[in-house]
Amino acid sequence: METLEITNKTVALLPEPISISGSQAVLEAFVAEGVKTIFGYPGGAIMPIYDALYDYHDQLEHILVRHEQGAIHAAQGYARSSGKVGVVFATSGPGATNLVTGLADAMIDSTPVVCVTGQVFAHLLGTDAFQEIDVINITSPVTKWNYQVTDATEIPHILAKAFYIARTGRPGPVLIDITKNAQLQKIEYTGYKPCEHIRSYRPKPIIRKEFIQEAAKLINEAKKPFVLFGQGIILGEAEKEFKAFIEKGGLPAAWTVLGLSALPTDHPLNVGMLGMHGNYGPNVLTNDCDVMIAIGMRFDDRVTGRLDKYAKQAKVIHLDIDPAEIGKNVKVTVPVWGDCKETLPLLTKLIDKKDHTEWLQTFHEYTQKEIDAVIHNELNPTSAIMTMGEVIKELNTLTKGDAIIVTDVGQHQMVACRYAKFNQSKSNITSGGLGTMGFGLPAAIGAKMGAPERTVVEVVGDGGFQMTIQELGTIMQYKTDVKIIILNNQFLGMVRQWQELFNDKRYSFVDIQSPDFVQVAKGYGIAGKSIKDRKDLKGALQEMLEHTGSFLLEVFVGKENNVFPMVPQGCSVSEIRLK
Amino acid sequence: MKQEFTITVYTENQVGLLNRIAIIFSRRKINIESLNVSPSEAEGIHRFTIVISEYEEVVHKLCRQIEKQVEVLKAYYNTNDEVVWQELALYKVPTEVIAEKVKVERLLREFGARAVAIRKDYTVFETTGHREEIEKLIKALEPYGLIEFVRSARVAIIKTSTGFHEKLKEFDEEQPGEVLVENEFLNKQDEVFTM
Repeated sequence: METLEITNKTVALLPEPISISGSQAVLEAFVAEGVKTIFGYPGGAIMPIYDALYDYHDQLEHILVRHEQGAIHAAQGYARSSGKVGVVFATSGPGATNLVTGLADAMIDSTPVVCVTGQVFAHLLGTDAFQEIDVINITSPVTKWNYQVTDATEIPHILAKAFYIARTGRPGPVLIDITKNAQLQKIEYTGYKPCEHIRSYRPKPIIRKEFIQEAAKLINEAKKPFVLFGQGIILGEAEKEFKAFIEKGGLPAAWTVLGLSALPTDHPLNVGMLGMHGNYGPNVLTNDCDVMIAIGMRFDDRVTGRLDKYAKQAKVIHLDIDPAEIGKNVKVTVPVWGDCKETLPLLTKLIDKKDHTEWLQTFHEYTQKEIDAVIHNELNPTSAIMTMGEVIKELNTLTKGDAIIVTDVGQHQMVACRYAKFNQSKSNITSGGLGTMGFGLPAAIGAKMGAPERTVVEVVGDGGFQMTIQELGTIMQYKTDVKIIILNNQFLGMVRQWQELFNDKRYSFVDIQSPDFVQVAKGYGIAGKSIKDRKDLKGALQEMLEHTGSFLLEVFVGKENNVFPMVPQGCSVSEIRLK
Repeated sequence: MKQEFTITVYTENQVGLLNRIAIIFSRRKINIESLNVSPSEAEGIHRFTIVISEYEEVVHKLCRQIEKQVEVLKAYYNTNDEVVWQELALYKVPTEVIAEKVKVERLLREFGARAVAIRKDYTVFETTGHREEIEKLIKALEPYGLIEFVRSARVAIIKTSTGFHEKLKEFDEEQPGEVLVENEFLNKQDEVFTM
């Protein structure tokens, strides 16, 4: 078959072919690709692989999760904190369908993940066999690539292709479905050949210099240049190149939620967060800048608000590795298609050394307005009940911005992104595009395993925590050192906020009851504490961070606090509300 | 304005790719009016011909998203003026009507139909042409007892295309050559940089 042709240079060929099973071939591929950790859950159709795994325990660590969704979110967290490909095993049928949410999440947030699912025997395909599901068709819209293996001889090169596709270009999830007969089948194995080229797939283009020149010209002529950066910087490992670029041009830079931590929060050119709950200045000044430089971001609707009133005055330069993103939502003046690790240095070379002091000052003026109207009260509340913001502020003080912060989805996520401090990249892990509640806990487990030397703090709401609470079992079993902060407002807070603001306070099914989280944690052998008073906050956070092993801290915060500023849906970013 | 576009996609021959391409349309709730999959001029490469009615801007984005699929080599889109296209239709009519009614015979001649099967009870005719031409013949045949009718998808040749052979050589190269890396905006520099 045409697509299976792989041209190779680095070949780890064996002197003599050896006879191994398809299952062993899968694991050999993992070892050759440098995989250390697999997140998975066994089942009937993947038993041969698990049987083979028994003999690989000294080379591959398998983390038994409590639900396949937990496996894939953990793999995502692992990939995001380590920059490597996350790997998942699941069985056929329900095992495979449980992966779908995580695949969709990884797809929209460009996370490199390789999932291997078991499948019924090839002769049973299409017969509604026990635990048979058409996983290839179910996952087509949510995978960068997927493939069903029915013949074990395909396994080595298909796995090679899977890793290559997952991590190159714009990364994404790949699913390989392997029928049970192929897992059992013996093959003549000649060694693992990594994939380096697929003729129909071009991960990145050769840079067109003329576009770099046009872009540099626009930037040099700009009076009010404005940089928007996204996860592309982190995925492209171009943090240094990016910093050099904005520093030379004196360019104010604002981030998307997934771009957060690519540039230290305290960097003088970091002007804050974009989008619906972003900072005041970046949103308002989007409609004031004359040249907009978007780097590795995709103009999500949560970033742009109303598109027909979005940066209409600006000339837009868009740097992205995915040509389908350029011009998709926002009309682009100069497209710079390419890997930002390559394009940014070329651009930096051509731009003039400048400092747009006055323009930067405008951002600071807006920041001051936002501090006065929102931030000061959020971080230094005078009310008796705590705010989410002050918890994050206290956490910043204690971690000094060195922790990895994993968030779930909702109000706490927006507050954490707004106020958390980061000194280094790959530190903010959250479900941005899909907005998957329940992402946080398993992702934090994976993040810790991907970066074991770092402190990992999960910030989660009382709603989202209950969606994947079962993964406390995984923490228990592997003694994963994850610090969990539940910001409990006893509501599904974000939906409640919208109902308050836009549905006349008709609180429709947002009143969620929670168990005694500390007792639940205790059941899993995890230390915990619950606090209501401000005076206990600092001590409790300290205790949590100093505790050896995992710790769950529940903090009761204001029930009906809102996240502001806010760009109401259907409004322009410059119509952002401070209250 | 929405208008008819012919999308030509060159792909590897891969199970499941049809679904991957189809869902790019269905997720935007775009109806595919005609779809044909066949081998292309280049060996081992398949050619999809897809007809939809959409705004050019949307078609442009669809093609970029189609090209993102790992097994897709290239996606082009063209207006009807830019392609030569044909559809094929088969009509089954009672033979006795053909034999007896001269008018029918004349109709068939006018429409350039060919008889591909003649049986005692029925005759099968074939025409090729554009949709309107084919439909005119149905209208004309209806009063005489058209038993069965079927029409194929559109097949189209891009007038300016030089074929895929040369391009394929580039795709086969391990390192992408200059020609292969197409920046979609490259030929529109004037428009792009005039502000």
